[in-house]
Amino acid sequence: MSAIEAELKELMLRGLDGDAAAHRRLLSLLSVRLRAFFRGRLGGHAADAEDLVQETLMAIHTRRATFDRAQPLEAWVYAIARYKLIDFFRRAKVRATVPLEAADNVFADSDVESGAAKADLDRLLGALPQRQQDLIRAMKIEGLSVAEAAERSGMSPSAVKVSVHRGLGALTRRLRGGGDAH
Amino acid sequence: MRTEDLIDALATQTPPTPPALPMRRIGVAAGLGALVALAVLLAWLGMRPDLHLAMRTGFFWLKLAYSASFAVAGAALVDRYGRPGGEGRWRWALVFGPIVLLALIAMVASHGEGMARMHRDMMGHSWMFCPWRILALAVPSFAASLWAFKRLAPTRLGLAGFAAGLFAGGVSASVYCLACDENTALFVVTWYTLGILACGGVGALLGPRLLRW
Repeated sequence: MSAIEAELKELMLRGLDGDAAAHRRLLSLLSVRLRAFFRGRLGGHAADAEDLVQETLMAIHTRRATFDRAQPLEAWVYAIARYKLIDFFRRAKVRATVPLEAADNVFADSDVESGAAKADLDRLLGALPQRQQDLIRAMKIEGLSVAEAAERSGMSPSAVKVSVHRGLGALTRRLRGGGDAH
Repeated sequence: MRTEDLIDALATQTPPTPPALPMRRIGVAAGLGALVALAVLLAWLGMRPDLHLAMRTGFFWLKLAYSASFAVAGAALVDRYGRPGGEGRWRWALVFGPIVLLALIAMVASHGEGMARMHRDMMGHSWMFCPWRILALAVPSFAASLWAFKRLAPTRLGLAGFAAGLFAGGVSASVYCLACDENTALFVVTWYTLGILACGGVGALLGPRLLRW
């Protein structure tokens, strides 16, 4: 356990016992880390990221009794953060505008533990033409570079870039509400 | 609202939290669920007429212990999956252990019997009703478990739902023991298990819909 994790857990335990000042400091420290977490996954869209930071802090606060003192704090915090993020993307299907970068960053977190999120990903991708699907999976999920994806698919690098861009554009339109009812 | 203001507001409400919150909640759910299931049982099926005699046999208590073990296993799984990032790991052994054990007991008990006898043992006279009754009597306990989850934070809703369903099935089957007069291990390990696991399955399907927070 790192020094930071140790300090955060100490604050959490004191907060659980009723120490309001320790709890306040914990939320403050966590807000910084959560902001970085969400900005990294929402393409830097500060407004949405901040909404999620606040939602997650509220969840951490209202459900703090679900923290098992014997377990690491970070895992608990990030499980909540990922849960709220997945919920955000689920609701994003009915949002008015979802920027292109949002679709791009769905794949930024390779540690998607929720089966529901994976099913959502598969469903989103499944609507695309096979070539776009394959390229997006190769580049965004497997992490291939443009050159590697081009070599694997037998296309030129610029054709790869165009295809991926079109695929992400189609995803964006689906996320905007053109897709199936949930 | 600025995040610092939110933090200030949240930090004003930090009473000491009760330890073992999931277990407390599910304990209450067990009590409420069992009470309502019992009331329904009495009104609907009534207790078995030979209850006093049955309670003197070891098999009655074996049935009860088997049923209750799923309530315990379900509660143990709720205790895990009701928490963010919770993983069940060894607690799943609590689910399958009793099944294996009772299956072994059934095998030993029917050793040397012919196929016709074993078939009768397994089907009893109520195999068509048993799992459905267990499902029906599980409804109050499942509703109570949904209440229990209101203060919890499951992040894997299908598994959390399964845990709740399994728990409800275990409570239900335990109550059902008061009415059910089947007395072979083969019957119990087949139809009780089916009914209880079906409760878990329904819970798993309903979890993603009902357990969101």
